Amino acid sequence: MGLESAFGDEPAFVPYLAAGDPNYEDSLAYVEALAAGGADAIELGLPFSEPIAEGTTIQNAIVRALESGMTVERFFEFVEDLDVDVPLVCMTYYNLIYQYGDAEGPRPFVERAADVGLEGFVVPDLPAEEAGPLRDACDEFGLDLVFIVAPTTTSERLERMREQVSGYVYVQARLGVTGARDDVDDATEESLARIADWDVPKAVGFGIKTGDHAERIVGAGADGVIVGSALVDIVAEGYENGDATDEVAGRLEALARELKAGALRGAQERPQPERT
Amino acid sequence: MSTDDAHDPKFGEYGGQFVPEALMPAIEELADAYERYVLENEDGFMDEFRSRLADFGGRPTPLQYADQLSERYDTDVYLKREDLLHGGAHKLNNALGQVLLAKYMGKERIIAETGAGQHGTATAMAAAHLDMPCEIYMGETDIARQRPNVFRMKINGSEVVPVTVGRGTLKEAISETMREWATTVENTHYVIGSVVGPHPFPKMVRDFQSVISEEARKQAIEQTGGLPTDVVACAGGGSNTMGAFAEFVEDEDVALHAVEAGGSSLQVDEDEGVAPNSATLSTGDEGVLHGARTKLLQDSDGQIMESHSVSAGLDYAGVGPELAHLVDEDRVRPVTVDDDIALEAFHRLSQDEGIIPALETAHAFGYLEKYHDDLGDTVVVNVSGRGDKDLETVIEETTKRDLDIAPDMSILQRMGGSGL
Repeated sequence: MGLESAFGDEPAFVPYLAAGDPNYEDSLAYVEALAAGGADAIELGLPFSEPIAEGTTIQNAIVRALESGMTVERFFEFVEDLDVDVPLVCMTYYNLIYQYGDAEGPRPFVERAADVGLEGFVVPDLPAEEAGPLRDACDEFGLDLVFIVAPTTTSERLERMREQVSGYVYVQARLGVTGARDDVDDATEESLARIADWDVPKAVGFGIKTGDHAERIVGAGADGVIVGSALVDIVAEGYENGDATDEVAGRLEALARELKAGALRGAQERPQPERT
Repeated sequence: MSTDDAHDPKFGEYGGQFVPEALMPAIEELADAYERYVLENEDGFMDEFRSRLADFGGRPTPLQYADQLSERYDTDVYLKREDLLHGGAHKLNNALGQVLLAKYMGKERIIAETGAGQHGTATAMAAAHLDMPCEIYMGETDIARQRPNVFRMKINGSEVVPVTVGRGTLKEAISETMREWATTVENTHYVIGSVVGPHPFPKMVRDFQSVISEEARKQAIEQTGGLPTDVVACAGGGSNTMGAFAEFVEDEDVALHAVEAGGSSLQVDEDEGVAPNSATLSTGDEGVLHGARTKLLQDSDGQIMESHSVSAGLDYAGVGPELAHLVDEDRVRPVTVDDDIALEAFHRLSQDEGIIPALETAHAFGYLEKYHDDLGDTVVVNVSGRGDKDLETVIEETTKRDLDIAPDMSILQRMGGSGL
């Protein structure tokens, strides 16, 4: 299928949830709710104990998932158990990929990921300089490797990423760590302009929480929006209040619909590209 | 100053720059500043650093002959007295260097993590001295067990920010400070507290700390007519260790001993994700944590374990990548000393030499007690810090264990509470 297939004629909505948050069964239902709400691809967090790129919301999700027994092997089972027909991306930290491989490097992890049907990876603590072995393994098994472009990324580093990126490029909307915020940052437009001629789709993430917000991001030229913390907040609230699984799933599906609709509105506002 | 290639972010297979993209420009900027100011002394940076280390820090620290220990072990024992550095620990060497560097780089604000509070207090002192606003991130468990250091940081004018995620110790504090740095890189410098993290931190912190071995080497030659046979230092993240070893690494006849915290046991509890020790060099496996490939305490998935030691300053699941490399190269010998032996050594040094050591440092002396037969005839031990901060812990842990060597503290109970 390939990750690029998620970015067709319309802007893509790419939600994130930590797999196993707050437990295995509920988490399956929540991810499926996102697909039902119009997700075009889904980023599944494989929880790592030291997630240095995440804000409080996702850190707490990771703690809940680990405490309810999520492991690397359970994660692969989770992907197999999911009943969704959109591409799935594994978002995790390099140590887990590396340890699974042992002396062989990242290859065994990628092989297993391909085996369970994952389409690619986002690894926030793996810079392009260190990504060679993972890139090679992805090529071997036909998986994509997504890189994150930050507002502070230098032109030199952009070139290094451009050589290795596939699937989509993750444009970090602002400095800092993940977490929902209200406004749209100038840095987003600047980043999109800097990579306008790349031939992979550009998805913007970090801080998007409403349909209007998604609309403005797509209006600014993004090919898709990535939304994590605003969705994880719904899971966290449901967990704290002891709400029924289907109620929480319903809220997730509703927000997913709002975000997807916002993205679609955003696409109508911008000048039509030369698509046939 | 070490002669390795400053541009190379690796030590063999270890090291590197495994950080989120948002931090990359900051560490590239820092690598550039490290080369210009630290290695090339641009604008006289190193001259000012050394001058402030002397006037503000009190360097050089003595290399003292230890009469009682030398007699006890029938070998010449010399103490490198980093406990006499301003602040009571070696930490100021690095903190002063980095805060000054931040000033040269035009940064306006300092952030730092701390575990035991020693690096936090050193950074707070350096920031006050150099007039920089400073925020220290500290796990809430550590805040509770290191109260005197929290007061010291606040008295020096720093903010102390509690970190509540996870177990609330050093590794969570490092993660949180990296996150904060990712939000504020443009005007903020992150003063990392040990020879850990992404390049250039491990090299830069080593270079600031290597003043310890630079002095000790010269002092040993002056006082004994030659090089020591052995250098012994405790190892957590490894900044005092690398500081004490750096200038001896090329002296192949000098044996280098890194003493890790054996905690209560070297066994791990994989189900609970707990290692009841901090013996990363001795028992850890290669992995990637906090920006570097190094040896780690981790489970078979690669999740990082909670480490444990009676000494908060050694309580870390990772270790500096250069130390991991030197261990693999058989240049540094990693050894462990458990909580009990460290506590005994704490009391012995206090009674025999009149020096109350930090619990971290006590591990180095525990090694001397256990393995002095393996050592040569001139041993330098790095007294990385003084133990005032640990008195509450020591009284509590000593009472629990009923150690013969410990003084009778019942007077405190009669007076109602420890009063510390």
